[in-house]
Formats: sequence, structure tokens, C-alpha cells
Amino acid sequence: MEETNKIEEATKKEEQTSTQKIGIYLWIWLLLFVLSFFSYMVDWYQFQGMLRWSLILFFMFLKAGLIMAFFMHLFWERYALVNVLLWPMTAIACFIFLMTAEFKYTLFSRFFYFVVGGA
Amino acid sequence: MSEQKIDGFELKPGFKGMASDTGSDQTMFKGVHWGKAMMWIFLLSDTFVFSCFLISYMKGRGSTIVDWPNTSEVFSLHVGGVPVPLLLIAIMTFVLITSSGTMALAVKYGYEKNRKMCGWLILATAVGGLTFVGMQVFEWSKLIHEGVRPWGNPFGASQFGSFFFMITGFHGFHVSIGVIFLFIYTYKVFAGHYESKKRGWFTKMKGDYVEIEILGLYWHFVDLVWVFIFAFFYLW
Repeated sequence: MEETNKIEEATKKEEQTSTQKIGIYLWIWLLLFVLSFFSYMVDWYQFQGMLRWSLILFFMFLKAGLIMAFFMHLFWERYALVNVLLWPMTAIACFIFLMTAEFKYTLFSRFFYFVVGGA
Repeated sequence: MSEQKIDGFELKPGFKGMASDTGSDQTMFKGVHWGKAMMWIFLLSDTFVFSCFLISYMKGRGSTIVDWPNTSEVFSLHVGGVPVPLLLIAIMTFVLITSSGTMALAVKYGYEKNRKMCGWLILATAVGGLTFVGMQVFEWSKLIHEGVRPWGNPFGASQFGSFFFMITGFHGFHVSIGVIFLFIYTYKVFAGHYESKKRGWFTKMKGDYVEIEILGLYWHFVDLVWVFIFAFFYLW
């Protein structure tokens, strides 16, 4: 009994260091090509406005997610590492939010003083 | 699923595992090579650098009262007299994704101790990266020839040039450093440094194929950044 347990443990350790099947990499690779092709088509067909921006963001986040999850192995990493890497992204989101308010204010000031000519 | 153990420490799955890993009074990233953890921390800081660049670009583009140049026209190439929008950028994107795929396979074959296959795939990745840098040099010289400068350009808002050169330049610099390291590691793999456990530079660490995964993380990150640059700078 103990013997088989030991063998099981050894194979488990083996599994941990062994790699994923080649198929998953090839599928992700193909998906990245297809998604890049689609995001290029967004420009090719000259979609404009909300449709353009939402499609660009959709393909961008999908591609970024696939690269990080499978090519960079985050999908198989332990949560301790994954959370350390992903939570700081909320700080970037905050910064984007702040700078959006900032550029609107700058744009307003420029229109007000350069175009309208001030009060 | 029965529990896995590393050095007698029980590995729990999910958030419970995160709590016990973090509070284990030992190394926090269980089963992760220190070099890999440090590469991730470096990439995290690099993410912030690129984010600052892209956010400053957003701020600059959003606050100008002059029209932003139409990137679809600025970056078009003429094929047989017909302008094709973003053609070079599309090819660059495909080249970089190709090299990212070969790198992912190189990491896989490295862990399987398939030395030849791993070496050839890293070499292919390096050649892809070199092609990318070459095309970027072509793109830069074309735009400089057309009169794009960091302080102005003939197409529209004068901030365009400075953001373009800074963001793509910094990315291209990353690619160039990556290509140099890819060639070095091609040599190391073919020379069999990971079979003979030869030591690397600056370290007593014995050579192991985990170094290929660390190199791969950097290379995939370069591809990852390009995904964002492609979306925000070229397509937006």
C-alpha cells in the first residue's frame, strides 16, 4: 500500500513538471492569428464610432487574455502568483479614470481660452 | 483531487491555497523558480511603464483641439499604386505573433529536454524578432522622410510624432534586447549548457530549462504590449 502511494506521489511530481499537450499551444496560436485578422478587418472596413471602439477593445482583451493565460502559463499558476500580478492592474484602471477627467478639463480650457477667447 | 505537497507543505487549490501559501512563513510562490518570480515582478513594473506611456498618449490625444492624424492613411503602404491601410503594421503584428508561438513551443520542448527542437524554435523566434525590428526601422525612416518629427508633422496634431516615437521606440528597444538574448540562449541550448548544468553569468544557479521559460515570459510580454499598442495607437 505504502509502495503504491509512493509511486503515485512520484508520478504526481512528474506531472507537475511535465508540460501541456502541444495541441493547446497550436489552438491558441491559431486563435491569435484569427483575432488579429479580425481586428485588422475593423480598420479595413472602416467601422466608426462605438462599434469600432468596442470591437477593438474586445479583440484586444481577448488576445491579451489568451497570451497571458496560456502562453505565459498563468492559467496553470497558483493563485498566490496570479493575484499578485493581476490586482495591481486596478491601479492602472484608476489612473486611466483620473486622466480621462484630466484630458476633458484640458480640452475644455483650450477651447475656452484659445477658441472662444475667455470670458 | 488529493493534495499535492512541496517540501512537506500541503498545496491547497484556489483562494484557500493563496491564503495558506501567503501565510506559510516560507517562500510565498510555491513551486515557482525564483528567477521566474523575479521576471514576473519585472514585467509587472514594465507594465506600469508602458501603461504610463499609453495613458499619457490618451491624455495628449484627448486634449488637443487640432485633429489627430488619420493613422489608417499615415501608416498605409502603396501596393501597385493602391494604398493599403496599415499593411506594414498588420504584417508586423503577424510576425510578432508567429514568433510568440514558436517561443511557446520552445518552452514546451525545453521542458521535455528536446534540445534540438528547443534550439531551432528559439532561433526561429529570434529571426522573427529581428524581422520585426527591421520593419520598424523601415516604418520609422519612411515617416521621418515624410516629415514626421517629435515636435510636428504634416498630417495633424503636433503631439502625434512625440507619442509615436516614444511608444514604438520603447517597444522596439524591448524587442531588440529580447532578440539579443534569444540569440544568446540559442547558443546556450545548442551548446548543451542545460544538460551539463553549466552556470550562467552573475549567478551560481546551475543551468536549467526553466531559464527558457523565463526568457519566454519576457518575449510573450513584448507581444502582449504590442497587442495594446496596435489597438490604441494604430487602430483607435
